[in-house]
Amino acid sequence: MADLREMYQEVILEHAKSPRNYRALEAPAVRAEGYNPLCGDRCTVYLTMRGDVIEDIGFQGSGCAISRASASMMTQSLKGKTAGEAEGLFKSFHQMVTGRNSHGDRPQLGKLEAFAGVSEFPARVKCATLAWHTLEAALHGEHVPVTTE
Amino acid sequence: MSAPVALPRQEDAAAIGTRFDVGKVRSDFPILREFVHGRPLVYLDNAATSQKPEVVIDAVSNYYRHGNANIHRGVHLLSQRATEEFEAARAAVQSFLNARESREIVFVRGATEAINLVAQSYGRQQVGMGDEVLISAMEHHSNIVPWQILCEEKGATLRVVPINDAGELRMDELERLLSPRTKIVAVAHLSNALGSINPIQQIVGMAHARNIPVLVDGAQAVPHLPVDVQEMDCDFYVFSGHKIYGPTGIGVLYGKATLLEEMPPYQGGGDMISSVTFEKTIYNKVPHKFEAGTPDIAGVVGLGAAITYVNGLGLSAIAAHEHELLAYATDRIGALPGVRIVGTAKEKAGVLSFVLDGIHPHDVGTILDLEGIAVRTGHHCAQPVMDRFGIPATVRASFAVYNTLQEIDALAEGLEKVKEILG
Repeated sequence: MADLREMYQEVILEHAKSPRNYRALEAPAVRAEGYNPLCGDRCTVYLTMRGDVIEDIGFQGSGCAISRASASMMTQSLKGKTAGEAEGLFKSFHQMVTGRNSHGDRPQLGKLEAFAGVSEFPARVKCATLAWHTLEAALHGEHVPVTTE
Repeated sequence: MSAPVALPRQEDAAAIGTRFDVGKVRSDFPILREFVHGRPLVYLDNAATSQKPEVVIDAVSNYYRHGNANIHRGVHLLSQRATEEFEAARAAVQSFLNARESREIVFVRGATEAINLVAQSYGRQQVGMGDEVLISAMEHHSNIVPWQILCEEKGATLRVVPINDAGELRMDELERLLSPRTKIVAVAHLSNALGSINPIQQIVGMAHARNIPVLVDGAQAVPHLPVDVQEMDCDFYVFSGHKIYGPTGIGVLYGKATLLEEMPPYQGGGDMISSVTFEKTIYNKVPHKFEAGTPDIAGVVGLGAAITYVNGLGLSAIAAHEHELLAYATDRIGALPGVRIVGTAKEKAGVLSFVLDGIHPHDVGTILDLEGIAVRTGHHCAQPVMDRFGIPATVRASFAVYNTLQEIDALAEGLEKVKEILG
């Protein structure tokens, strides 16, 4: 039986209650919208880039504990990273929550390891990845809202 | 917040005395013996789809094992038998809805296809530039989008009757919005997201006073309320088989014969014609004019069996049982701290939608699932309803004939656990 506490870890619940970087960034920040049509969750990600480096990042939106915590911890882990590094983290994160890599294959994820338990709950993978999909759209300058579908 | 809901109809009160044995009913549904995450299944997602009794599963299986053949075209025995079974199911639906004639029953894939059929056939013929289609703010997406497509094509306008804070249709606004430009009214009988029952007879009366036809989306209503299309006098009534213990992929359009006769075909193909040449095709009579191609024969047979099953229990007794479940759940769940019930109409059936303070429905759904409890979480294909109440989603428990008061206790205990983990 899948274990609830594996997914709803203390660090996740704490971020869900008090998300970090929960704010809009002023122009000329890049902004992208994400939407999960299945549950109605919304996420807006704001990025200020200096060259190829993410100088500042914020998010806003409404969603479940998993999607809020994921967005919050994503913003924490991306400040100062290059766009390429961010994409690499997303790839590794995505493989983790879909159960396609193992603990040893993802040393760079650090605190984001807390989301490993999501792989036991396939219906919740999209909650965990909504902010990341939105981040990708922001990095690529997409102006049409991305969806998880 | 948790006021007891009123009985839908007086006669149901009388039916409480003639209750069926819920234990026996449960034994008719094999899936209720399943375990989910090691727990006995508590299935409270009936508004999404109901479970199937053995008699329906057997009817579909027996059709394929012993009776499979195409209908309306063979002289051989199996084809004749299949045709007879298919048409017997049509007669069963006719009698179930109390339609005047069996040719007023058209088999389609589901309520969604039935509404699309009416929008694309009747709608395209009757709705023009500057005309209006009137729906309500509590419609399922399937009773919104087909009309939007039509209005966009024709340069017509979609008008929406608002609902009040209880989730009841604003009849004063309906009166105001009915105009000489209104070409059709399309409204749910029973809201899938809120459980509100709409006063269909009154709506039809108001529309007919202006010669406007009314389509009723009965997808949620048919498993819970006795339906009499002649008494309602609606022009179209649609429902899906899978919500009334029948198979998925089969549904019904009821239309008054006079309207169906005048409507152009929806799809072309076999069975909907009486003769075809490259110069001219003569269409078949109704209902066959609207049943192009080989239909879901097994689905129709299964639906016939489902209706026989429901008739055996009696819809008044079913309604009374479900009313007791809803009243108990409204009190029990509504009394939990932090719970807000969404949809508190005086006339309600089958559905309890709610939100938990500070906890997203999706998280509620996952934790309940691990307790073996299946509920729906999300917008229930009714995003405008969620917008109306300023929420992204709700948790929805929806009831059927086989649910018990103990299952509602299990739901309440599950919600306590949710609060313990996430509160």
